[in-house]
Amino acid sequence: MSSLEEPLGLDKLPSLSTIDLLGRFSSSACRPRGEDTGMGNCWIDGRSCSSSNSCHEDVEQNSREAFTWRRKTRDMSPGDMSSRRTSSLGRNHIIYGSVCDSRYMPDNQYSSYCNDKGIRDMTDKFFKGIPKYVKIVEVGPRDGLQNEKNIVPTDVKVELIHRLVSSGLSVVEATSFVSPKWVPQLADAKDVMEAVRDVEGARLPVLTPNLKGFEVAVAAGAKEVAIFASASESFSKSNINCSIEESLTRYRAVAHAARKLSIPVRGYVSCAVGCPVEGAIPPSKVAYVAKELYDMGCFEISLGDTIGVGTPGTVLPMLEAVMAVVPAEKLAVHFHDTYGQSLPNILVSLQMGISTVDSSVAGLGGCPYAKGASGNVPTEDVVYMLNGLGVKTNVDLGKLLLAGEFISKHLGRPSGSKTAIALSRVTADSSKI
Amino acid sequence: MLAAKPLCRISRWRSFFPLTFVPLVSSLEVPLVSDELLSIGVDKLQKSCIGAFMGRANEMDTGNLWFEGRSRCSFKSRNDENTSEAFPWRRQIKSVSLGHFSNQPPGVFGTLSDAVYVPDRHYSSQYNDNCIRDVKNKFLRTIPGSVKIVEVGPRDGLQNEKEIVPTAVKVELIKMLVSSGLPVVEATSFVSPKWVPQLADAKDVIEAIRSVEGTRFPVLTPNLKGFEAAVAAGAKEVAIFAAASESFSRSNINCSIEDSLSRYHDVALAARKLSIPVRGYISCVVGCPVEGAVPPSKVAYVAKELFDMGCSEISLGDTIGVGTPGAVIPMLEAVIDVVPVEKLAVHFHDTYGQALSNILVSLQMGISTVDSSVSGLGGCPYAKGASGNVATEDVIYMLNGLGIQTNVDLGKLMLAGDFICKHLGRSSGSKTAIALSRIKTHASKL
Repeated sequence: MSSLEEPLGLDKLPSLSTIDLLGRFSSSACRPRGEDTGMGNCWIDGRSCSSSNSCHEDVEQNSREAFTWRRKTRDMSPGDMSSRRTSSLGRNHIIYGSVCDSRYMPDNQYSSYCNDKGIRDMTDKFFKGIPKYVKIVEVGPRDGLQNEKNIVPTDVKVELIHRLVSSGLSVVEATSFVSPKWVPQLADAKDVMEAVRDVEGARLPVLTPNLKGFEVAVAAGAKEVAIFASASESFSKSNINCSIEESLTRYRAVAHAARKLSIPVRGYVSCAVGCPVEGAIPPSKVAYVAKELYDMGCFEISLGDTIGVGTPGTVLPMLEAVMAVVPAEKLAVHFHDTYGQSLPNILVSLQMGISTVDSSVAGLGGCPYAKGASGNVPTEDVVYMLNGLGVKTNVDLGKLLLAGEFISKHLGRPSGSKTAIALSRVTADSSKI
Repeated sequence: MLAAKPLCRISRWRSFFPLTFVPLVSSLEVPLVSDELLSIGVDKLQKSCIGAFMGRANEMDTGNLWFEGRSRCSFKSRNDENTSEAFPWRRQIKSVSLGHFSNQPPGVFGTLSDAVYVPDRHYSSQYNDNCIRDVKNKFLRTIPGSVKIVEVGPRDGLQNEKEIVPTAVKVELIKMLVSSGLPVVEATSFVSPKWVPQLADAKDVIEAIRSVEGTRFPVLTPNLKGFEAAVAAGAKEVAIFAAASESFSRSNINCSIEDSLSRYHDVALAARKLSIPVRGYISCVVGCPVEGAVPPSKVAYVAKELFDMGCSEISLGDTIGVGTPGAVIPMLEAVIDVVPVEKLAVHFHDTYGQALSNILVSLQMGISTVDSSVSGLGGCPYAKGASGNVATEDVIYMLNGLGIQTNVDLGKLMLAGDFICKHLGRSSGSKTAIALSRIKTHASKL
């Protein structure tokens, strides 16, 4: 800001204790101002959220309905929330998205400014479809690490997985059973699997490219697998050396074997928006592949914008087409942030009712198509947005940040997450006050 | 004509294949590497890329693009429509005929306003559910057909740079930005050089660009004295700053909100006498580093005051970038209640990576002016080293993908971004710019 007077430097801002700052901000955002409004309800129609215990109930309810493999939900009492805020977030954090903030309650002193029902109806429309709870599928350990040049030691991978699980993530893609010839980074798949097979509270799917990979995965202790098809014929041929139809046939064998062992199979569709060879991909093609995967028994289909070129303008037609043939609750979105578009894409997906989002801690995983460009969307940024929207995720952002720091430190580079960087800078600054 | 130009650009298109293709998915077979991709052939390239970019016009019965209510038979007509209604200061619209597409590299989805997908008729039997189409339309129906970008790079972007950027570089940056089609470029700020030494050359910058046509150049004026200096130097449009947070107002400009508004009344009055438009900024519209969450009603109050005193536009700034759609929507609701939406602009910071989603919901609410900064210039003074302004390239990419007209040529914008980043000696803050430049770098190795 410019001024002809002397602007106070930021170091001259009134110093406040951590508790003051946190209290001024996070708790008031989370607790409805019952005495002002008389209603105690959160702003968005239909989303009653008057205490953190009821948030817990929401999660439980969602757990039973949608996730038969659900972990035991962490107890989220009010005391728990505030202690988590102050202890895990460090000093002097003003964190708008650090916990499920619900939304802003109108200050009745000025309420005459906030009464236009017409506008409210319009904005309600944008939020009505957004799910109350979103499941994050953390793909950092697999999709994130697989293209790293330097081999990450097995114990670092395992520690990362443990930290991610402890942050509350309910699904963490642990590794991939492919030939080490092609993905040397994940040559230790068996060792990783064996080290995490007893981890409780989170599902740990692994990639299996065919029946052989599936059998090896199961032998190593995998309890859930994932298969990859492409919506682009050219990409399928160039990437896995066979046509889409041939790949589907291959995966039917995997799905069949998995069903016999009651092992859930997740299906990925790559190039769901664009392909480096073919350009724009017809939504109907994506719908076709999604339906095939669904029909062969995949419990969830993750739609991937592999080269990150999508925007809401192209994502919405694609989702429309897929949702015509696969129920929304079986769908997940996997956006790449190569062009910075993933969060708006995730937002419109939520507006359409999608409730599962793939992301990667610290934004691990570059874009193989544009070397040096970013790839996966950072989990921290996604959780920040979801918290701000009042969407439950069961993820503790503070602990997630620690997991991200851990792996970024090991890789020797800064986090790919803007939220993580911002919060770490704020903490660093505050330590000088 | 349409097919001819792409044929001339084969070499550029071929260059889009990466030098080495690392398989994205795992496989036990040998994945093809890039030279085999190259051999797929120019024919397929032409068919696929042309098809992707021209909306498969031959297959369409009506010639209309897919989004309901957005009849768009040619880009030229759309531009003409918007010119006179919404932007009285509009520059001469560059013609964006279909032939223009061929100048853009394939596989680049947001380079032009092009990403409206036309259903592939071959599969249309799977694509007939009208109910779902209505649901989807609902989310884009209220988005404006065109958006004005206010480029703040030269002022908001550069003002916190430690190293003084030479006047000539600033002027060249402004000229390159103008040539990309940006309708408004915030040129500089008339504050005491004591406080913002970077912009001590404000007079020289304004004088150097006064003959540049077709773009508006607002400048910041903190009070009447600054206003007079700006006008004397040749400024034809000014901007003033208020805060929605009392603490921030006091800490930043050493006076209360009310005192600042009185000060700005004087500026607005003087500006009205000279028929000089005044843009009003409000900072801390979502959160304040001192107070935390800022009540939407407070933002609405300040917005109304600025509007009533004669500001032609009010730009709502999330100064510390903490906002998410959950906080932005209530704030916009409150403000739209008291200031017409066409007079509002949004100015989001990308400190937490939330800017584009915030912009998206703002568009859904009918906002049609967005502030951004080329290459994401301008950090966050509150979280040192964190990012600040949202990158103009990323915004344009999204708007293009949404089929929104901006009049901005992304390629030329990227050149402006390259130019200033090279001078500053660091990489762009725009992911779009980085992605597109990496693709090109690869290309040069083939």
